[in-house]
Amino acid sequence: MSAQTQFSGGFRNAPLDAAHAFRAAMTVMSRPGEIRELTGAVPPEPLSVAAGTLLLTLCDPETGIYLACEIDTAEVRQWLAFHTGAPFVTAAEADFAVGRWGALVPLDAYRIGTPEYPDRSATLIVECDALAQSGAVLRGPGIRDSARLSLPDIPVMQANAALYPLGCDFFLTGGTQVAALPRSTQIIAEG
Amino acid sequence: MANETEIDAEVRRGWMSLLAKAPESALMALWGEVSERPAFEWLRAPEVGGVMVRGRMGGTGAAFNLGEMTVTRCSLVLADGTVGHGYVQGRSKPKAEAAALIDALMQTGAAASVRAVVLDPLAGQMRAAKAARAAKAAATKVEFFTMVRGED
Repeated sequence: MSAQTQFSGGFRNAPLDAAHAFRAAMTVMSRPGEIRELTGAVPPEPLSVAAGTLLLTLCDPETGIYLACEIDTAEVRQWLAFHTGAPFVTAAEADFAVGRWGALVPLDAYRIGTPEYPDRSATLIVECDALAQSGAVLRGPGIRDSARLSLPDIPVMQANAALYPLGCDFFLTGGTQVAALPRSTQIIAEG
Repeated sequence: MANETEIDAEVRRGWMSLLAKAPESALMALWGEVSERPAFEWLRAPEVGGVMVRGRMGGTGAAFNLGEMTVTRCSLVLADGTVGHGYVQGRSKPKAEAAALIDALMQTGAAASVRAVVLDPLAGQMRAAKAARAAKAAATKVEFFTMVRGED
């Protein structure tokens, strides 16, 4: 028996699934360029499994979520509200923003933190078709020598990195895979 | 699929409130008499947490935090897609499960029988307990009155 409702697809075992998902999220954020599997939740379309799992893991009633364009459906809102209780806010107030790259830009819509509190910035969850360890060259903390990651837009992300210690952080999600790009990573276009 | 909006919110609030506040022993005894136990799947397995109870002085003042209380909640879906939520006081997971199942059944054709077997007797017991407690308290009431005020 499997009755599908607008609330189906949450964590089966919330403490365990969330801990595994958090471990994956922390690993990719601390090792830019690394790609990990991220599963556990089955969100409604068009949210990917990785993005849905990430939101269930990271969001609670105190983190505002901004849903960009086509992600912003009634089903996604109901699902996130039931499982996380997170409020939906505008881009300027968001702690987490979810969407495809084309819907998320321009980046100056998001909070980048203040010099006193650089942590008061938005984390962007960018939905990609697929992730690959190719394309832009990454250097910086957490990377031995250099790493490669398929980024949606190199110049914009370079400009974001130049704001360090301010700026946004990125999770890239594609299907069940997740990678991350913290603001501390230097990006070099493939040469 | 039964939609929540088909049921009057006020009526549903009534049985949710009753289930939340009912003592576990009373609810489980009545729930044991219900023969029909539908199959269900968890949307949210029972979990224990705390909520902040807020109050207003005199019903008009600014809200203040009265204190925290322990709450157990769960959500489930029946085979026909009816969603039931259970939010009960205390940390009893079986009670939360029973409350969610009753909430779900109250939205289906079994509503009348569930109301007759569980909800109405439960409401009666709660009223009787409240009246008994009020009577007990009333017996200890002391009337203060002044025979002579001695002002003149």
